[in-house]
Amino acid sequence: MSLEDAFADGPAFVPYLAAGDPDYESSLKYVEALERGGADVIELGLPFSEPIAEGPTIQNAVVRSLEGGMTPTRFFEFVEDLDVSVPLVCMTYYNLIYRYGDESEAQRASNTSGETVSNGPRPFVEKAAEVGIEGFVVPDLPAEEADPLREACDEFGLDLVFIVAPTTRGERLDRIMEQVSGYVYVQARLGTTGAQSSVSDQTGSSLERLTDYDVPKAVGFGISSGDHAERIVASGADGIIVGSALVDIVAEGHENGDDAETVADRLETLARELKDGAVAGASQRPPHPERT
Amino acid sequence: MSADGKFGDYGGQYVPEALMPAIEELNDAYERYVLDNEDGFMDDFRARLRDFGGRPTPLQRADRLSERYDREVYLKREDLLHGGAHKLNNALGQVLLAKYMGKERIIAETGAGQHGTATAMACAHLDMPCEIYMGERDINRQRPNVFRMKLNGSEVNPVTVGRGTLKEAISETMRDWATNVEDTHYVIGSVVGPHPFPSMVRDFQSVISEEARTQAREKLGRLPDAVVACAGGGSNTMGAFAEFVDDEETALYAVEAGGSTLEVDEEAGVAPNSASLTTGTEGILHGARTRLLQDRDGQIMESHSVSSGLDYAGVGPELAHLVDTGRVTAVNVDDDEALTAFHRLSQMEGIIPALESAHAFGYLESVAGPDAPDSEEADGLGEYVVVNVSGRGDKDLESAIEETYERDIDIAPNMDEFTGGL
Ligand SMILES: Cc1ncc(COP(=O)(O)O)c(C=O)c1O
Repeated sequence: MSLEDAFADGPAFVPYLAAGDPDYESSLKYVEALERGGADVIELGLPFSEPIAEGPTIQNAVVRSLEGGMTPTRFFEFVEDLDVSVPLVCMTYYNLIYRYGDESEAQRASNTSGETVSNGPRPFVEKAAEVGIEGFVVPDLPAEEADPLREACDEFGLDLVFIVAPTTRGERLDRIMEQVSGYVYVQARLGTTGAQSSVSDQTGSSLERLTDYDVPKAVGFGISSGDHAERIVASGADGIIVGSALVDIVAEGHENGDDAETVADRLETLARELKDGAVAGASQRPPHPERT
Repeated sequence: MSADGKFGDYGGQYVPEALMPAIEELNDAYERYVLDNEDGFMDDFRARLRDFGGRPTPLQRADRLSERYDREVYLKREDLLHGGAHKLNNALGQVLLAKYMGKERIIAETGAGQHGTATAMACAHLDMPCEIYMGERDINRQRPNVFRMKLNGSEVNPVTVGRGTLKEAISETMRDWATNVEDTHYVIGSVVGPHPFPSMVRDFQSVISEEARTQAREKLGRLPDAVVACAGGGSNTMGAFAEFVDDEETALYAVEAGGSTLEVDEEAGVAPNSASLTTGTEGILHGARTRLLQDRDGQIMESHSVSSGLDYAGVGPELAHLVDTGRVTAVNVDDDEALTAFHRLSQMEGIIPALESAHAFGYLESVAGPDAPDSEEADGLGEYVVVNVSGRGDKDLESAIEETYERDIDIAPNMDEFTGGL
């Protein structure tokens, strides 16, 4: 299923977890629990050592996952080992995409200068396509620098999701919306990722700026309950993206030494609440305009 | 440099979308105020550098070093700039620019605390509220500077993630900026980060080479054969080099921190050095494509240097480009050599240098000192050498005591009475 199709019937619930948090085996169970809880798309984080767009919750998840031995190569194995049928989006920082498969072994052996040459994003995208990933979100890659990744995504038929921030307006917005595919990630408020106790009032005006663009709009940053999900969908979102609130469950389970099944059940329960909230929100607004 | 801030393949703007509008606004302000001197901005800046900062700084002949190295050694005395390091050139420029832009709040990262101190001073001088992010480990090794920032009315926010050094402090400051971008300016402390920072910081720092070039002409009657400067992010380096880049007869040496060894521990993700120009590979960090200390997957490695100001896994994109094109030669000096040079300059010239700056002197010793092999490298330095003394060493006294004691530096004073610190 393509990303856009995942938004076709009803609001999409798009949860995020960092792959390998806190360890490979538990993490597989956690991601699978999200699908049972009603996920329509899953954003899988490939952890990078400098997550500049992340708040403390996901920063800590990144640390746990890296300490558990997650690497780009392991990440692709993880995706192959996952038993889920909804589309997967890889969320990572550009350096990991850029450096992947930087040199063949032969090149490395014959290279005495000590320098490594990057082949750009293509090898990463090719491998991602091979293991069945449908798209990317790259928080440190603005539209200005995205051409090489865009080209590789086009070549292998993957979507490139862009983030639109509360500060994105005018020409910038047009430029991003020309390049985006799959869905657009509407950042609900300024700042970094992290669960919030209330819904940002910037969401409505952000969605308003996007009404004329014909691509599904998924709102993320700070959503933590079914009630938030409901209100955001009611105010016009086509989907909701939830990360930190789910990662909090993983972190808590890890700290308390809870077994993976118990943590997976908790994740499924919150996922269900979020999905139900989104569905309830959809019934409170006029029917979705037909997309062409 | 091209309009999009690329130096060859390096540079660019790899930042979250939320920051892009602010970066566009900054770029516009940079072009108008800095490049076009709109509203007399640059005149205002230069006047403040003179009256508040104490510029110009001298170009001084180092008599005993000249004798030791058998050539004319001149010191560009940035240690005499207000605050004790070259950092004020940039901090004052950026805080003033933020003022012209109507920003209401300043944030900055700091490693050694020199940039934080300079920013705190500039903010007090220009009446701007200021918050500084500093790694916890650096807070512990640079306590006098933490106090100086607070004396000037700034808040200092400890950063506890990772190893608690400059890399983490930059990431955390970027997060603050992404949250408060509408009224806040991020005063980045070196020629790193997304465009226009590398160019803008270089322009504010290039007063060093502008003065040095004129002073060299006056004192020597000609341009120097070589300019030597230490390189962390590379701001004193680019500042000392900028006006000489077109003078092909002047060789340019960027001295990196060789740390304890150039060998890398991939398994632990640790590079026990900060020699990104010498051993790094191309990648993307903190907004720019440049040379980095990273593992094969592209994860950034923890760097190390005895001097916290050089302790960074990246380097400015323009400097990386100048090294690639051969215009700048990247060399490195390890912790022991730097510490020895710290003592030597103190003893022979009566100048206690910052541990960062001591690396530049360590290089001189390693190629032209009495124990140096008769190398071509010494010839490369030529007859007239200018060394940039990027800062003074007062901030380093506590760590100098500790490190000297541990390392047993033979030219150091007897350390026994200082084992308990100052
Ligand atoms: C005295 C001094 N020199 C050099 C540096 C390194 O920075 P850069 O390479 O940007 O000049 C620092 C950084 O804190 C410093 O304090």
